[in-house]
Amino acid sequence: MVEPILELDGLRKHFGGLAVTEDVSLQVPPGGIHAIIGPNGAGKTTLIHQISGTLRPDAGRILFGGRDVTALPLQRRARLGLARSFQITCVLPGFTALENAALAVQARSGSSFRFFRPAASEAALNRQAMAALEQVGLASRAATPAGALSHGEKRQLELAIALAMQPRLLLLDEPLAGAGPEETERLVSILRGLKGAYTILLVEHDMQAVFALADRISVLLYGRVLATGEPDAIRGNPEVRAAYLGEDDA
Amino acid sequence: MSTQLLLVQALNGLQFGVLLFLVAAGLTLVFGVMDFINLAHGVQYMLGAYLGASFAAWTGSFWAGLLLALPAALACGLVLEVLVFRHLYDRDHLSQVLATFGVILFLNQAVRAIWGTAPLQVPMPELLSGGITLMPGLQYPVYRLAILGAGLATAGLLWLLVERTRVGALVRAGATNAPMVAALGVDIRRLFMLVFGFGAMLAGFAGVMAAPILSVEPGMGDTVLILAFVVIVIGGIGSVRGAFLAALLVGLIETLGRSLMPDLMRLFLAPSPARQAGAAIASMLVYIAMAAILAVRPQGLFPVRTG
Amino acid sequence: MRFRFGESALPLLVLALLAAAPFLGFGESWAMTLLARTMILAMAAVSLSFVLGGAGLISLGHAAMLGFGAYAVVILDDAGITEAAVVVPVAIAAAAGFALLTGAVAIRTSGVHFIMITLAFGQMAFFTAASLAGYGGDDGYTLYSRTSLGGTRWLEDRLVFHYACLGLLVLSLLLCRMLLASRFGRVLRAAKESSLRVRAVGFDPYPYRLVAYGIAGGIAGLAGMMLANATEFVAPSYLAWQRSGDLLFMVILGGVGSLHGAVLGALAFVLVEEWLGHITEHWRLIFGPLLILAVLFLRGGLAGLPAQLAGVRVRG
Repeated sequence: MVEPILELDGLRKHFGGLAVTEDVSLQVPPGGIHAIIGPNGAGKTTLIHQISGTLRPDAGRILFGGRDVTALPLQRRARLGLARSFQITCVLPGFTALENAALAVQARSGSSFRFFRPAASEAALNRQAMAALEQVGLASRAATPAGALSHGEKRQLELAIALAMQPRLLLLDEPLAGAGPEETERLVSILRGLKGAYTILLVEHDMQAVFALADRISVLLYGRVLATGEPDAIRGNPEVRAAYLGEDDA
Repeated sequence: MSTQLLLVQALNGLQFGVLLFLVAAGLTLVFGVMDFINLAHGVQYMLGAYLGASFAAWTGSFWAGLLLALPAALACGLVLEVLVFRHLYDRDHLSQVLATFGVILFLNQAVRAIWGTAPLQVPMPELLSGGITLMPGLQYPVYRLAILGAGLATAGLLWLLVERTRVGALVRAGATNAPMVAALGVDIRRLFMLVFGFGAMLAGFAGVMAAPILSVEPGMGDTVLILAFVVIVIGGIGSVRGAFLAALLVGLIETLGRSLMPDLMRLFLAPSPARQAGAAIASMLVYIAMAAILAVRPQGLFPVRTG
Repeated sequence: MRFRFGESALPLLVLALLAAAPFLGFGESWAMTLLARTMILAMAAVSLSFVLGGAGLISLGHAAMLGFGAYAVVILDDAGITEAAVVVPVAIAAAAGFALLTGAVAIRTSGVHFIMITLAFGQMAFFTAASLAGYGGDDGYTLYSRTSLGGTRWLEDRLVFHYACLGLLVLSLLLCRMLLASRFGRVLRAAKESSLRVRAVGFDPYPYRLVAYGIAGGIAGLAGMMLANATEFVAPSYLAWQRSGDLLFMVILGGVGSLHGAVLGALAFVLVEEWLGHITEHWRLIFGPLLILAVLFLRGGLAGLPAQLAGVRVRG
C-alpha cells in the first residue's frame, strides 16, 4: 500500500461546547482527486483550516507525506508542499497576475533574502509563473493587476498561484463557489486536466462537479466522517442518501 | 526606604493610575468601537484642566469650575468630532493619526495664545485641602485620596454602564465586532457620538481633577496621552476592565519606579552614578514592562476584538 | 513599484534644483542650513516611506532612530572621537540595533498596536536621552567639532556639507528603490497587501519586516548623524514623538507608496514651517489645520498631485 500523501488521525476541534470536528480520520493516497462533501455546518471549512494550518486542532494528528505537521504553522506546511486555495479569493490586488504567481515560484526557488537584483527580471521565475497561468487559461491576462480581474479570473488566479507552488497536495476550498454554469464547466475541465499531475483534496458543494471529478469521496456530517469510498459506493450508500443527498439522484 | 514612604508612593501611584484610567477608558472605547485612533484625546484632558481652571478663577469656586468645565469640555469634544473626526472614521489609521496630530498642534497653540505659556495655578478646594493621618507618622493629602475615590467611583459607574445596561451591551458588542452591530440595524453613528462624547467628558473630568496638583500648561496632555496608549495596549484595546488594571499597573510602575530605582541602583553603584542610572532606568520601566507583556501576549491582557 | 518618467519628473527636478541651489541664490548661511536640514529630514522620511509604503509598518517612533544616530555622534565627540570611519558605522549600528530590538517586539503586533508600541518605544528613547546628564540631559549637547573625514575637517565647509547631504539622500533613495524591487522587497510588498496570501505560499512575513525595519533604522541613524553635524547641537527634543509625527507627515504629504514623494513632502513641510514661522509666532495655529486639510483632501499626496489634478483616479 503506497504511503498516503495526507493522513488525518482522530482530529478533534471544539468551539466552546460545539463539536465542529469530531474524531475525523482520513487517508488521501497520492494521485487523483479526493473530495470532501457535506451539508452546510458539517465542519468542512474548519477541517480545511486545520489541514492547511490556519487552525490548531484540539486533538489528533495530521501527517503530510508521513511527517507530523500538526504543530506547524501555515507557511511551514506550504513550504513542505501543501498548497491551499481560498474560498474567498486572496490574491494580491496591486500585483499583476504574473507577479502573483511569480511570488509563489519565488518561495520555492531559493532564498528571498536577496536585495540587489530586481525580482521582476528573473526569467526563470517569470517562465514558471507563466506556465502556471497557462494551465488555468489566464496567460492573456498576465500583465493585468489582480485587482482589476473579474471574479472568475481571480478564482483562476487562486488556482494558478497554488499550482505555481508545484505542490505535493492541492487543497481546494470550494473553488466553484459562486461560479456560473460556463465558468463551472471551465474550471471542472481545468481540474480534470490536473488529475494525473497533482494530488487534489477538494471541498465542494457542487454535487455534479464532485461526482464528475472525484476518484474518492468522503462525506462529512456534524463534524464526523460518515462514509468514505468511491463515487458509486457513496451515491448508493443509504445513510449518505438519507442524511445528505436525499432523493435526488446526483 | 521606610514603609511609610513606600505606602505614600504606592498611593500616589494608584492615584496617578486612576487619572490615567479616566483618560484611557475613553481612548480604548473609541478605538474598540470606532476603530478610530484619536491622538487628540490628550487635548481633551488638557482642555478639561484649562476650562476648570478658568471657570474656577471666574466663579471663585473649584466646584463651580468643575460643574461648568464638564459640559464645556464635552461641547469642545463634540465640536471637534463634527469638524474633523467624523470625516476620518472611514479613513485608514495613518490618516487618522496625522489628522489628529494636526488637531494637537492647533489646540496646544490655541491654548498658548489664549492663556499664555506660563502654567496656571489652580487652588485646591478648601473642603479637600489638608492631610489626614492614615497611620502613625503617615500624613496623606486629602485631595489625592479624593481623586482616588472619585476615580474608583467613576470606574465603578463605568463598569455598571458597560456591563449592566442595554447601551453598554451595544458598546461592548461594538467593541467586539462593529460591522456586525451596524448590520443588526443599530444606529452606529449615534452610538459613536455617545461613546466619543462620554470619553471626552471622562478625560476632561480627569483634567479638572488633576489641575490643582499637576501643572496646567500647554502640552500637558501629550505625556498623559502616550501613557494612556501604553495602558490600552497593555490592557487590550476595547477592554475597559483591561484599561483599569493596566492603568493602575502603569501608575504604580511609573511612581514607584521613579522613587525606588535610584535607591536600588545604590546597591550596585556609587551615589552619583546611581542617581543617574536610576533616573534613566526609571523612565524606561513602563516601556520595558509593556514590551515584556506584549512579548507574551501581543494582544494585551484582555483582548476584546473578534471582528 | 513601476516608475514612469512622468511620476519621477517632479522629484528629479527637485533633486536637480537642490544640487544647483547654492548657485541659484541660496548660498547664504541660513539658506544652506535650511536646505541641509531639509535634505537630512528627507533622507529620514525616505527610510520611513520605505517601511511604511513598502512594508506597511506605520511607525510613530522613527525620530528615535534619528536620535540614536545623533547621540552616537555626541557620545563619541565627548570621548574625543570624530573620525567618520568610526562615527558613521557606530551611528548606523546604534540606530539599526535599536530598531531591531524594538522591532522584534513591535512587529509581532500589527495595525493600531504597532503604531502605539512604536510611539511608546520612541518615548522611552526620548526619556533615556533626557536622563543622560553627562551628555547635556534636557539642555542638550554642543559638539566640539563636526565629524572629520580622514583627519580633515571637510564637513565644516558649507558647500561640501551640502553635497554630502545630497549625496546621502540620493544614495538612500537608490538603496530603498533597489530593495523594494528585489526578491526581498517583493515579499515585503506582498505581505503588506495580504499577510495570509504570503504565508499561504510559504513566507513568514516577520523576518522580512524586521530586516526592513532595521535597515530603515540604520538609514535614519545616518541621517541623525548628519543632523548632529548640521546643527552642531543635539538635544532630547530631536527624539520627541512630535518629530516622529512630522516625519510621518512628510511621507503622507508626499504620497504613501512613493519614495520620491517623501523628498517632496520633506521639502514642503520644512519650507512651509519656516515660512509660517516668520509670519507669526502662533504659526502652529495655521499649520495644524493645514495638516488636517492635507490629510482630508490630498489623497495620493504631492507626488500624486499632477495625476489628481488631471482628474485621474488615484489610490489614496
